[in-house]
This record gives sequence, C-alpha cells and structure tokens, in this order.
Amino acid sequence: MFELFDQLFVNLKHAVVGALPEGWRGLASPLISAAAILGVFASLFALTVLVERKGLGRIQNRPGPNRVGPAGLLQPLADFIKALTKEDIVPVSADKVLHFLAPVVMLAPVLLAYAVLPFGRNMVAVDFDAGLLFFFAAGACVELAVFMAGWSSHNKFSLLGAMRAIAQMISYELPLILATLGVVMLVGSLSLEDIVDSQAGHHWGWLARWWVFTPWGLAAFVIFLIAATAESNRAPFDLPEGEAELVAGHLVEYSGFKYAIFFIAEYLGLFAVSALAITLFLGGWHAPVAGLDWLPSWFWFGVKLAGFIVFFIWVRGTLPRVRVDHLMGFAWKFLLPLVLWNLVVAAVWWYSRGWAFAGAGILRWVGCAAMILIPYSLLGRALYTRHGLGPRTYRLVA
Amino acid sequence: MLGSGIVKGFVETARNFVGSFHDPERLVTIEYPDERQELPENSRNFPMLVYDGDDPMKGLRCVACKICEKECPPQCIYIEVERDAKGKALKHPRIFDLDISVCMSCQICVEVCPFDAIKMDTAFELSTDNRFGGLLLNKHQLAKPNSYYRAIHPLEAAEVDERLAAEQAKAAAKAKAAAAKAPAPAAVNAVAT
Amino acid sequence: MNTALLIFATITLAGAAAAMTLRNLIHCALAGAVAFLGLAGLFLGLGAEFVAFGQVLVYVGAVAILIVIAVLLTRPARVAGESPRVEPWLPGVGIGVLVTGALVAMVKASLVARSPEAVSSPAAPVKAIGERLMTTYVLPLEVLGLLLTAALIGAVLLALRDPGEARRP
Repeated sequence: MFELFDQLFVNLKHAVVGALPEGWRGLASPLISAAAILGVFASLFALTVLVERKGLGRIQNRPGPNRVGPAGLLQPLADFIKALTKEDIVPVSADKVLHFLAPVVMLAPVLLAYAVLPFGRNMVAVDFDAGLLFFFAAGACVELAVFMAGWSSHNKFSLLGAMRAIAQMISYELPLILATLGVVMLVGSLSLEDIVDSQAGHHWGWLARWWVFTPWGLAAFVIFLIAATAESNRAPFDLPEGEAELVAGHLVEYSGFKYAIFFIAEYLGLFAVSALAITLFLGGWHAPVAGLDWLPSWFWFGVKLAGFIVFFIWVRGTLPRVRVDHLMGFAWKFLLPLVLWNLVVAAVWWYSRGWAFAGAGILRWVGCAAMILIPYSLLGRALYTRHGLGPRTYRLVA
Repeated sequence: MLGSGIVKGFVETARNFVGSFHDPERLVTIEYPDERQELPENSRNFPMLVYDGDDPMKGLRCVACKICEKECPPQCIYIEVERDAKGKALKHPRIFDLDISVCMSCQICVEVCPFDAIKMDTAFELSTDNRFGGLLLNKHQLAKPNSYYRAIHPLEAAEVDERLAAEQAKAAAKAKAAAAKAPAPAAVNAVAT
Repeated sequence: MNTALLIFATITLAGAAAAMTLRNLIHCALAGAVAFLGLAGLFLGLGAEFVAFGQVLVYVGAVAILIVIAVLLTRPARVAGESPRVEPWLPGVGIGVLVTGALVAMVKASLVARSPEAVSSPAAPVKAIGERLMTTYVLPLEVLGLLLTAALIGAVLLALRDPGEARRP
C-alpha cells in the first residue's frame, strides 16, 4: 500500500512511457517529466499568489482579495486573464529583440533548475553527478536576463534597477553557494540524490538525521535562506524594484504577459531555491520523525515546500525593505565571513565524529554551536555599532 | 544580540495574522457594498431641499430668495423664481439647480438659509456616466422629505422642527389677533406645514 | 558525429561570429554569452558535466556580466557608423594565425589525438576531479587561488577611498 502511493507518479510515468511505441520512449520520458514539473509548479505559482495576497492581507489586518469566486479563490484566474488580455507595450526606443527575449531568457534557466531537484523517492528528472553545480549554473543565467531586460528597455530606471539587481545577485550568490558547501563537504558529492540519501536514518531512533540539526547546518541553513531571499529578489531584498526610487526597476517597461512571465520566473525561482534548501538541509523527501514514515515521500516534500512558501510570505509581510548600502554591507561584511567560518566549523564537526567518550555528543554539539555563536555575536556587535548596520542617528551640524 | 528585532517583528505580524481571524478589533475592514458603516450624525456631503407634506414640489420650504445662490462660494446654485401670468413673483423656485461637480460641501448655504429649506444630505453614491448632466441636479432630484432629514440628522432635525413649530404657532396667534381686529384674508405662510 | 554536438558547435560558432561582427557592443557581449553557452553544451555532450556547469556558472554568470558592465561603464554602446573591422588588420590576422596554430599544435600533441581509445570514456565523476585537484594538482590550484586573492585585494585597494579624500555626506 505504501509502495503504491509512494511510487504513484513514478509508476504512472513508467506506464505511460511503456504504452508508447519503442522509438518514442526516449523522447517521451523527459517530456513527461518536464510537463509534470511545469504543470505542478505553475499551479503552485497561482496558488501561492493567492495565498500571499490573502496572507499579507491578514498580516495587515485586512481580509485580502475575496470578490472573485467563493472567498476569492478564483482570483489567480482573474489575474491570469487580465495579464493575457492587457496590451503589450514595447517602447519605441527599446531594443526590440532583446526586450522580447529577456522574459524568455529569465524563465528558461529557472525551469531548467528544476531538472535536478529530487521531489520524492525516485522522482528526479535528471540525476547529474554535479547536480548542485547545475542548479547554480542555471541560476547564474538569470542575471543576464535581468541585464537584458534593464538595458533593452532604454529607460534609465530600468537600467539602474538592473544594475542593482545584478550587484545584489552577484553579492548574495557567494554566501548562497558557500552555505551549501558545508553539506557538499560532508556528503562528498554534488549529486542532490546522494545528498538526500545521506540524510536518511534517525538520531536516537526517532529524529531524522537532517543536516539542519547540526550547529553548522543550522547556521548554513539560515544564511542560505537569507541569501536565497536576496537571490530571488524578494522582500526585504526587493530593492531592484524599489517603487519609491526606481518605479519598478528592470520591469518598468514591461506590461501584459511579458511582465507576468517575469513574475512567474521570480516565483518559480523562489520555489526552486526553497526546494534546494529542503534537499540540502531538511532531508529532502524524508519524514521528520521516524513514526511518520508511512506517508509518501512526495507528500513530505510538498509539506516542506508549503512551509517555505508560508515562511517567505511571512517574511515579506514583516520586514521593511533594506537600504542599498546595508544590503551590500550585510552580504560582504557579515554573511561572507560567517559562512566562511561556518565551513571551518563543519570541518571540526567532521573530524570530531569519532569522539567516543561519555558526553561526547553533547560536547561536540555545544562546542560547535559556540564556535558559531561567539563570532556571530561579536561580528554583529561590531557592525552594529561601528559600521552603520544599526539604526542610523541623525545629527544637526551647526 | 543582532537579529532580536527581527524576531520581535515576526511575533507581531503573526499576532496580527492570527488575531484577524477571531478578533474583530484587528479585522476592521467593512466590506462596503455588502456592509455599510453607520454614518455619524454630523456627516455631510451635498445639499438637498427639504419639503413638508407629500408633494415634493408643493411642500418645498424654499421661497427662491436666492440668498444661498449669492453666498455660495463656488457658485454652484442657480435659482429662478416662479412667476404667475402677470409676472408677479411667487414664493417658489421655478428652477433650482445645483451642480455637485462644483459644490465643495461647505454648508454655507445651509447656514444662511432663513427658512431651513436647504440642508446637507449624506448620500455619497452619486457616480454617474455623464459628468455634465448627471452631476447637475434639478429641484426634483434635490427635494427630500422632512422624514428623510429626520432620519439622517435626527438631532439637528428635531431642533429645526421645534423652531419651525414655534414660529408657526406665533404666526398663527398673530393671524388670529389680526383676524379678530379686522376680517381680512388669511395670511399665507410660505413655510406652512 | 553526434547531432547534439553539431548543434552546439553551430551555436558556439554562430555566437562567436556574431560577437565579432555585430555593431552594438552590448549585442556583441550577449552573443559572446551565447557562444559560452554553446561551449558548455559541447562539454556536456562530451560527458564533462563538471566543466560544462562550471563554464556556465563562471562565463555566463560572471564573465559575460563583467563584460557588459565594463562596456556600459566605459563607452557608449552604439558606435555610430564605425566599421567593426580593426585597423591595422594585418598584425591582427597574424596573431590570430599564431594562436590558432598553437592551439592546433597542442591538441595534436595531447593524449586525445595520440590514443583516442585511452580517453574514450571521459565521463569523470566529480569526486575524481576533486581528488585530483587536492592531490596531483594542488600546487597549481593554490597558485591560482593566491593569484585571484591578490587580484581581489588589488581591486579593493583601487576602490578604497584615499585618506585625503573627503567623506561623502
């Protein structure tokens, strides 16, 4: 019974592929995987937009959209029709070809990144040996798309917004990649399947052996989350489209469905990094507690992804936008040193795995945690007081 | 420690989120077309003409004295007096137009009116698809019964009714005295009930 | 010859040709990015995943961006009426021939050309690459790291404010 549900989608795909004539199978298998990923995550996008608008409303003490359909459930459909039917305006002085290509170049690599993510047991489209690298390589192409969008619009706001977006994405890519490096170092593989497999098993017979339950894993997870928020240009790191100063950044000259594609790409990118965070730190599709193993693997992945989406909405509803110099200072002066130090802590964790005396486990945990917390607090205090990361005070100069 | 403020913010928004589901103080939105807020006693929007009795045109308190037309700062009122066949002015407006696209809701017309004929309405759903004719209200559109006035401004209306009744009683007593002195035609009161 | 390899080779060549001939410098840089992507596809087709993804990550993600930003910061992107040909062209052609010759000679002298059977299965696992980098090739790796660190420090020094320079308000 468990086997049936757990492998439901895998078997379904095998059945469809098996029913096809011999010559078509090689082509059909990747196509079916791609269609499934596209369908599931596009619907998830629609759902997320609705949940986000409702949730943000509740956070701001208002009910949110509730006019279209019962309790506003058809709002995504209305948004979709609106985006499709809006006029597509291309500025006269824009670089027509690049202006057209930018949304495509934005969406394609984001979709590619899904190819290597394991959504459940045996549910990964392509298991590359260097899957993690593939993910980041795909993510890197997004920057080019942002530049294309900003430059081709021939608008100073879009160019400035694109420059800001690129600077932000390059800056936060470093902590993002370095945060994953600890896991790669301990697992000894870049394959996401291997990384998920390494998190199988349980501590003391019940708690899953996820990397997030180690001190360095927790620190890397938090840094990864912050960097991922910045990478996907979400609040509080949504400066590239800061309405107050840049109108809408690189999206100023986009309207109608091209804008919608950027929007979709942004959300799909968010889901992709969330899925990567789940894979790297939260045990992929493994259940959190031993007793809950009977639920299918893809269910656990979905639950974790939903948790991430809710968390990101919560963040957006809570934190105000970061100032641009704080943004850069935070990445280079705070996250980067911490994440580098975190690698050292991960190495210490690895080399202390053989400790066998009484209380070794607790000592190892507490020691590693202290190794992270003390620099965190010292660095935080130094930046807070001396380098202007803290609240800014204004003085009148006579 | 760095980051404690962020945690505080998260707690606050979470409290808002949860509170908005069960605490009416947190979810203050009034879903307007379905629900309506009760307007406060002193709310006002554009003027209206109050009439007594059942016939809006006969019962108008307005005597076309044109004080409001003269006092109106943006000059949104236009009045013409009704005249009989001989050209004698009747104490009645033939035309009373009010352009609510010009009106600034200052209530000066109400304050200067000696006959308590013009009062402020509270209706605000006045949108129309014709910005010229649709926003130029004539006396038929402006006329509202006294009962409506009592409903929207109860305190003010009670005070006005009381004063008018007192004036009427005084006028009736005077007419009675005059009638006792010399049998003359009964005085027509413009603001008769 | 594999069809996929042919397609990727065409993309690479077309991108490179466009990068050399287009009038708009930004277009040239983006065409260069296309050539990088085609090259990554070639690596992938040959089974060298790590190199392919590294190529995309470094060249498309960083170098192409660096080029476009450098172009934006230095000169107007549209060079009106200027021919894309470089004058004087004779030394350019000479250098081109020399570089091509050197590359061809190196390929001819490499293991692949001498005994293709020996490297018929190039799909090296990432683990093997990592182990080689940390053992056999550790010195070149460290030297490269040192070089890049020096470059980074140099860049920071260039960008630093001079002591005498007034602070921005």
